[in-house]
Amino acid sequence: MNNILKKFLPQILAILFVVLIFGFLTINAQTNMDNRGIDFGFGFLSQESSFDVQFSLIEYSGSDSYARAFLVGLLNTLLVSFISIIFCTILGVIIGVARLSSNYLIKNSAAWYVEFFRNIPLLLQIFFWYYAALRALPLPEKADAWFGVTYMTVKGYYIPAMVWENLNVFLYCGLAAIISIIVLRNYANNLRDTKGKQVPVLLYSIALLIVLPLLSFLFGGVSLEFELPQLKKLSKISYIYEGGISLPPELIALVLALSLYTSTFVAECVRAGIEGVSKGQKEAAASVGLTPNQVLKLVIMPQALRIIIPPTTNQYLNLTKNSSLAAAIAYPDLVLVFAGTALMQTGKAIEIVSITMLTYLTISLTIAAIMNWYNKKIEIKEK
Amino acid sequence: MFKIIKQLTSLVAMFAVLFAFSTETMAAKKSKTLENTKKRGFVRCGVSQGLPGFSNADESGNWTGIDVDVCRAVAAATLGDATKVKFTPLSAKERFTALTSGEIDILSRNTTWTLSRDADIGLTFVGVNFYDGQGFMVRKGSGIKSTSEFKNGTSVCTNLGTTTELNMRDFFDSRGISYEPVVFEKADEVVAAYDAGRCDTYTTDKSGLAAQRTKLSAPDDHVVLPETISKEPLGPVVRQGDSVWEDIVRWSLNTMIEAEEYGVNSSNADMMKTSNNPAIKRLVGAEGELGAAFGLDNDWNLRIIKQVGNYGESYKRNIADTGILPDRGPNELWTKGGILYVPPAR
Repeated sequence: MNNILKKFLPQILAILFVVLIFGFLTINAQTNMDNRGIDFGFGFLSQESSFDVQFSLIEYSGSDSYARAFLVGLLNTLLVSFISIIFCTILGVIIGVARLSSNYLIKNSAAWYVEFFRNIPLLLQIFFWYYAALRALPLPEKADAWFGVTYMTVKGYYIPAMVWENLNVFLYCGLAAIISIIVLRNYANNLRDTKGKQVPVLLYSIALLIVLPLLSFLFGGVSLEFELPQLKKLSKISYIYEGGISLPPELIALVLALSLYTSTFVAECVRAGIEGVSKGQKEAAASVGLTPNQVLKLVIMPQALRIIIPPTTNQYLNLTKNSSLAAAIAYPDLVLVFAGTALMQTGKAIEIVSITMLTYLTISLTIAAIMNWYNKKIEIKEK
Repeated sequence: MFKIIKQLTSLVAMFAVLFAFSTETMAAKKSKTLENTKKRGFVRCGVSQGLPGFSNADESGNWTGIDVDVCRAVAAATLGDATKVKFTPLSAKERFTALTSGEIDILSRNTTWTLSRDADIGLTFVGVNFYDGQGFMVRKGSGIKSTSEFKNGTSVCTNLGTTTELNMRDFFDSRGISYEPVVFEKADEVVAAYDAGRCDTYTTDKSGLAAQRTKLSAPDDHVVLPETISKEPLGPVVRQGDSVWEDIVRWSLNTMIEAEEYGVNSSNADMMKTSNNPAIKRLVGAEGELGAAFGLDNDWNLRIIKQVGNYGESYKRNIADTGILPDRGPNELWTKGGILYVPPAR
């Protein structure tokens, strides 16, 4: 009896304490909002938002609901995070490996890059790219064509839009290519394990990825046309490009700042990971006759990844949360659209702030879950 | 980092809402806000982050503007000293939370009086100190002379969390014009983006356009279009629930306007005590017991007029003489063809 009491009493007290605090906060908020005549509720989500958003991945106009405005903001946050995570990873791996290069120039340039970009506050970098770098761009009518068909202007980057016919056939071919690559890999692994024969999987995979979709163009009736941006006059001195896709300068500045900033941290994770694999491993691998490439691919990287993944996950989470700085330069992310405009128009501060907090929490937990799954996959499997 | 600090602040503000509300109970004729203000020794006033003519700080941190003068008037009435005001610069997004959470006691920040704001979110508008309307500013060289010349694809810079965002949508939607809204949190960011050519036009209240135009690199290259697309009555706001405080702020503003109507100004106020007109005598505290209704002494209105001046003086000092809007337009007294009309102080 005494033991059970000792075991459970502190825990019951702790739970009681938490419940009481939350209860107090809720009741207090409730009474006070009643006093001020503020209603609590999520009914506003279905009301007409009556404001427009600059840039949206889905169809949206002011006659849609606040719930849809939330979705627009969420998708914009996910978009900028996704693009930046890809860029910062590519850049981070390159810089991280470069820091370990034996070439003096490469090694030191990489070190300078890391020290420079990670030691300047992110908000300043965002302001720099938006207000300084992108402001130096020409007006639409004065812009030179990049690659013949794209235009980088102060109003955004205009690229041709793709107009597909029978897109689904093309996508099926792509899917078929991916499935055949997986089959091929399993077959190759099997062959290596049983007969010790090496198959150049990467080469075949690339070939499959190119050939199968190409066939869909020849035989599947797939066609692709480009809609080029055309200069249009708005008034005597102001022009814009019509047709094609326009990437707003706010998005570009944000992606630049987030990728460059976070890539420095990823680079450090990569460097730490590679340096964390003991030198003996490399020498042992070489002594059994593996080529330098094989040493890196089969011995060093699998071990380095184990060290790299957990801290890199943190950086991805940081990047996603940092993307909320978007509001400073008018990129319509979740914070600007929902916790900004929608909050202002409805006055539902507590509801909207809680929804926004929960949303960021969900995004972060999802990223963490994916990375943990990947980490599990590559960690040492004791046999 | 800045954003995070801001988010933290609003979080703290939220918790402040949770805790602070319950402690404020209302007794008849007693204003908790007034008591706290007297105890504190200064009036807590929320203003803009810099809008010349309305609320703007100079290099040494002195705030001026007609919105600022409303807070100074309240300080003169309640504390006897118009300088005893602590100004909190707020973005459009932060302003209402700051007021409802009790961080400030008066919000005097070119805020439009609308039904939903008045009724929905725990605020009370006490009056109008500037009648405004939304307009558009464009580059002179564009040759655009009217809003009817806007074409599909026009990019529009404006502020976040304002009625402007909604009016703009009504305007373009009803005309079937597609546009690109570029929405910034701070007015200075809007100005910088418009100045750099990011946007074809800049829209906000016309007074705001006139004031922000002075911040552009070449103000003379820009012109405000003649059309007004909305009604924007701007005025001070207080928290719902303290009706005495609400009355103090309302009648401080009304006193300034009525003083102009009766020709009482900062230099002749003392002499007006011996006026033959009872209305004027009431206005300078020489007759009646008007202050007692709010728990103030009888010289409260005299102090406002002496220390801050009447509405006309405030307008001239802040808006006309600075070249922002020399013509008073609708903000002229009703006796002179405007729509400025306040209930009598008696």
